Amino acid sequence: MRELSYVQAIHEAHRQAMAADCRVFLIGQGLWSPWYAGGSLEDLDREFGRDRVLDSPVSENAVTGMAVGAALAGMRPIVFHPRLDFLLLAMDPLINQAANWSYLFAGQSSVPLVIRAVINRGGEQGAQHSQALHAMFMHVPGLKTVMPATPADAKGLLLAAIEDPNPVLYIDDRWLYNQTGPVPEEIYRIPIGEAAVRRAGRDVTIVGISWMAAQALEAADVLASQGIDAEVIDLRSLKPWDQTRVLESARKTGRVIVADPGWRTAGAAAEIAATVAAEAFHDLHAPVERVTLPDTPAPSSHAEEQAYYPRPSAIVEAAWRALGRRVGATA
Amino acid sequence: MLRIRRAEEAIGEMCETGEVRCPCHLSIGQEAVAAGVSAALLTGDTVWGAHRSHGHYLAQGGSLESLFAEVLGKTTGCSGGRGGSMHLTAPEQGLPGTVPIVAGTIPLAAGAALAYKLRGEKRVAVAFFGDGALDEGSVHETLNLAALYKLPLIFVCENNLYSSHLHWTERRVADNLDQAGAFHSVPGARVDGNAVEDVFEAARQAVGRARSGAGPSFLECRTFRWRGHVGASSDQDVGVHRRGELAEWLEYDPIQRAAEKLNMDLATHCADVDQEIDRALTNARSASAPDAGRIGEHVCAS
Repeated sequence: MRELSYVQAIHEAHRQAMAADCRVFLIGQGLWSPWYAGGSLEDLDREFGRDRVLDSPVSENAVTGMAVGAALAGMRPIVFHPRLDFLLLAMDPLINQAANWSYLFAGQSSVPLVIRAVINRGGEQGAQHSQALHAMFMHVPGLKTVMPATPADAKGLLLAAIEDPNPVLYIDDRWLYNQTGPVPEEIYRIPIGEAAVRRAGRDVTIVGISWMAAQALEAADVLASQGIDAEVIDLRSLKPWDQTRVLESARKTGRVIVADPGWRTAGAAAEIAATVAAEAFHDLHAPVERVTLPDTPAPSSHAEEQAYYPRPSAIVEAAWRALGRRVGATA
Repeated sequence: MLRIRRAEEAIGEMCETGEVRCPCHLSIGQEAVAAGVSAALLTGDTVWGAHRSHGHYLAQGGSLESLFAEVLGKTTGCSGGRGGSMHLTAPEQGLPGTVPIVAGTIPLAAGAALAYKLRGEKRVAVAFFGDGALDEGSVHETLNLAALYKLPLIFVCENNLYSSHLHWTERRVADNLDQAGAFHSVPGARVDGNAVEDVFEAARQAVGRARSGAGPSFLECRTFRWRGHVGASSDQDVGVHRRGELAEWLEYDPIQRAAEKLNMDLATHCADVDQEIDRALTNARSASAPDAGRIGEHVCAS
């Protein structure tokens, strides 16, 4: 199969969705600049016209609210936030309005909206240009949240999100943009709520989210060289998340590590760990391990950044702890 | 207007007796704004409201029985008993939804207007909000976006002088809400919100402008709510004693003024409306309350 990069896959999903469905339009910041969207929306304004690709003023609250209203009026908007941090200015339309709408009116109408927000960190950008805030959104009933980690999922989850009758927050990570992989040419959907087993294994389960799913695969290679057979699950969807697949794996291996690109307290990893501990308690041989960011804002200087973001080695060490081995010991 | 008045008086009584438990924000005294604007709209246009929207719902032709059932928390309510007074919907009548987050539906109305524009439809959207909504930033963002994209949108500010218990002088230094859109090149007009024909005429012009593709307008409709911020009391705003303006405003009753101009016998009409209200209320009261087992339904659409 043809290979595309993650960013090319996102671009193709937009192009195909816009060509196939005249209800789909884009609104948000930086849409006419190749820079803001990291190439993921390049030249869509030329192809589909600037009426359908609206590069908006920095009015996150009203722009997101307009996307909600357009969705209620029969469109399929994609509202783009080049940095997830700025989505915080749009919490009212996203949570009070879009997420509650179906419930409030007993299902008479819903908000078929994609909110695409990018985690864009590193490079000494500091605390307000680096945040991975997915856990905050995972908390909210009525809002779906997906975080693809591969090019194929980047395309398939975006197309699924566009077709979903509910608000879907699609979070992509700039650190994944250059990853390449096979991507089908046609339109296809990755079901929201379904995790993927990226590597089968017997000894330990690593549940990875977004960028950390990619790190988990690297960690699994290291563990394999040490005689440890790790199973890697790419969660892909955070809300709803695939409890069935994760619990199956937890019961099989008895040891679970959750690798989450967000903060530790009340994070996505905490939710998964709590569920595994509650549902698979009698099959666990060790406490569930969490590999997360520390509970601090993102630092700016390179030296601190290096310490801040967990690497595959942190996952390897967590696996060792789960297996009851001394960190640094050989297998 | 009379239907709105009498329906809200009935709801107010049920608030006092405790039969209605959800918070109700009554628009008694402000009926001319809803009635005047809705009269200027066509089928297919949409109206978006807020917490004080019984009037908008009824002016658009929403069912009385469904409104009563909704405030009583019955399954036959317009929102299935999920919304209560503050979350009303009448999609068939062009009322997608009303919500109590102040200014919450203003960007949504703009989004609907954008949808109509993108599809080349000659429809317009109306955002109703109170003067308190001007204290929210999203209104100012939306004014700019509506002007920028030339949206078929009418901003209707019902200036009843109060945001909850705070008089406008406690929130602003100038009485100039009709100028709210000026900075963003959205033309504004100050309208006597208790003169239904004035509201209608201003709305007719704004709707015409929107429908012709000339863009948004802002109407400041000056009015006064006869009851407190929430509930039926006429002398209390959320526990704060009200100033003495009510007596003066009662002299400018929008319904009396309209009836006088029309040479209309209000008592006869009132009796007809009351009959309709009694029937609707009887039906709403006899409807069933929701089964608690449905609590998880409709979180997501399928």
